[in-house]
Amino acid sequence: MVARTLFEKVWDQHRITDLPGGETLVHIDRHILYEITSPQAFDGLRRAGRTVRSPELTFATTDHLVSTRRGRGDDTVEGGKALIQAFRLNTKVHGIKHFDVNDAQQGIVHVIAPELGIVLPGMTVVCGDSHTGTVGALGAWAWGIGTTSVEQVLATQTLAVRKPKVMRITVDGSLGHGVFPKDLILYLIGQIGTAGATGYALELTGQAISSMSMEGRFTLCNMGVEAGARTTMIAPDDITFGYLEGREYAPKGAMFEQAVSGWKLITTDKGAVFDAELSFDASSVTPQITWGTSPEHVMPIDDPVPDPSLIADQEARQTVQRAIDYMGVQPGSPLLGLPVDAVFIGSCTNSRISDLAEAAAVIKGRKVAERVRALVVPGSMTVKREAEALGLDRVFIEAGFEWREPGCSMCAAVNDDTVPPGARCVSTSNRNFEGRQGPRSRTHLASPSTAAAAAVMGCVADARLFGAM
Amino acid sequence: MEPIVRLEGIAAPLDIVNVDTDAIIAVQHVYTLSKSGLGKYLFHRWRFAIDGSEVTGFVLNKGPFRNASILVAGANFGCGSSREHAVWALADYGIRCVIAPSFASIFYENCIKNGILPVSLEDRLVAQLLALLERNECKKMMVDLDARRIEFPDGTTHEFNIQSVHRDTLLRGLDPITVALNCEATIASFQELDRVQRPWVWNRSKPKS
Repeated sequence: MVARTLFEKVWDQHRITDLPGGETLVHIDRHILYEITSPQAFDGLRRAGRTVRSPELTFATTDHLVSTRRGRGDDTVEGGKALIQAFRLNTKVHGIKHFDVNDAQQGIVHVIAPELGIVLPGMTVVCGDSHTGTVGALGAWAWGIGTTSVEQVLATQTLAVRKPKVMRITVDGSLGHGVFPKDLILYLIGQIGTAGATGYALELTGQAISSMSMEGRFTLCNMGVEAGARTTMIAPDDITFGYLEGREYAPKGAMFEQAVSGWKLITTDKGAVFDAELSFDASSVTPQITWGTSPEHVMPIDDPVPDPSLIADQEARQTVQRAIDYMGVQPGSPLLGLPVDAVFIGSCTNSRISDLAEAAAVIKGRKVAERVRALVVPGSMTVKREAEALGLDRVFIEAGFEWREPGCSMCAAVNDDTVPPGARCVSTSNRNFEGRQGPRSRTHLASPSTAAAAAVMGCVADARLFGAM
Repeated sequence: MEPIVRLEGIAAPLDIVNVDTDAIIAVQHVYTLSKSGLGKYLFHRWRFAIDGSEVTGFVLNKGPFRNASILVAGANFGCGSSREHAVWALADYGIRCVIAPSFASIFYENCIKNGILPVSLEDRLVAQLLALLERNECKKMMVDLDARRIEFPDGTTHEFNIQSVHRDTLLRGLDPITVALNCEATIASFQELDRVQRPWVWNRSKPKS
């Protein structure tokens, strides 16, 4: 037997047929829909007189456009009603399980899919959202697609794909005190760049990964796409199986045991060959923060912002200068002490219970600085209930945070949770593009711990000084 | 889908790397049930000031570039969100071809599925083309997908690579769904076998009540 990688094993399992021209038709095990990138797909289906081929493999949630305000309804967000209601009708007509606006299990697609056991190891998973790779942490091959592909999966439960190259990043060692999975993934993106893994199926492995909780692994895989990866995967292990056991849509009893014995084989064989291999040492990672307008514009929190005048290459210099101008930061100076206007804790990157606990550890007994608007948005109704049972909501509310209903919120700024023009936000989300959190907003990506420290101090701050972790 | 074989038109230079899909179409403009009419929102935050007036320095607000059908940009074009609205906005504006040193994967696939030709050229050539366009505005250039050849405004020609399946799809205006539907019997037998081999994929546990 030829030694195969984790990705190749999942690829082989899902090959239906090879198509002329070098693409392969692969079976899709889980298709997850939400309200923004699907209406045109349902419309196409309708016009062609087609139906949803496998509704039992299809799930839906309303997360992007939905308001996060208490007592929210379809029309809480201006202009959102038509999309929310069209989605409700489309999922109902086609018999698709939908975690709708105020469903007890509603939440961000990439948070609820693993939380409910909808995604399992070895599956192919697609969604019309670029952060679908999040669930690759379970050993699934998961990737984001456009709306035309959403329509194809609805109609055929397949996609035509060219086999990607495979890359392995090994992270040995362990993360230091006050350093979190978010810091690790930001660090890796800084090292390899936003296009460092473009076109690759990326596997993450090594001691730092195998000792990490499932929630930390989701944070890593979530941002693989920010390095260009087509999918980011981690081999399933006992931590994975322990996480999945008993989850609502996961198999139970004998079928779970049967599944686990199969899942144990979905790992990279000794001697399997990768097209690219990199390795890093987790102990050299410190808390990270972005200074610019691309996730690769990242640095240790106490480093100075790059100075364009020291960059020889003209194109690189212009890019850095443009980012510095947009962000209104000082080249050659650290960000520490820079006043912030908003703090956002949430998004498919960092809205799980461990993320909220990490932030609450910094917040507890402290107050949000007067100038700061601080928002906590749990990733799902389930996370919200769990946090409330632990009293985390009280910690946030007493400190002066707004405690919201689940949704994508200020990460994508599709609803009314936006950062005002020119304002500066430390955010636990995944993208710091120009205008990402609202027109002319300025975003600094960081861990929940660093975001919490910024909320308390009213400026960019090093959470390690709080000693609460 | 409208086939694309040979395209002659004005090319607009956008010398920026990592142009993301949020920049191509901002999120508040994706509140739509339709694919059409998004051209007016293309690069909205760069084209228009907060008060709605045009930003004079932005390339698509400059003379002949308003009628560009080709866009030339920096590396990693189309990164970020998977929103196909970005491609619909380009198409509706009249852009049929984007030339850059590299593209983000989802954006690239969305282009192919919507009759927009993404051309990857090496960095050096893109830099050269950008410089030419900055100097010689309103000169037309030519992209020949059939011959996989591109003619710069200075008359030099350059070959480009594209996967044959992508070239075919664009040349013939193929619908990928039809291709997959032609495999219906194979899909059905795959699923039948899979139900036996991996029952946990199919027998999803029912909610408690």
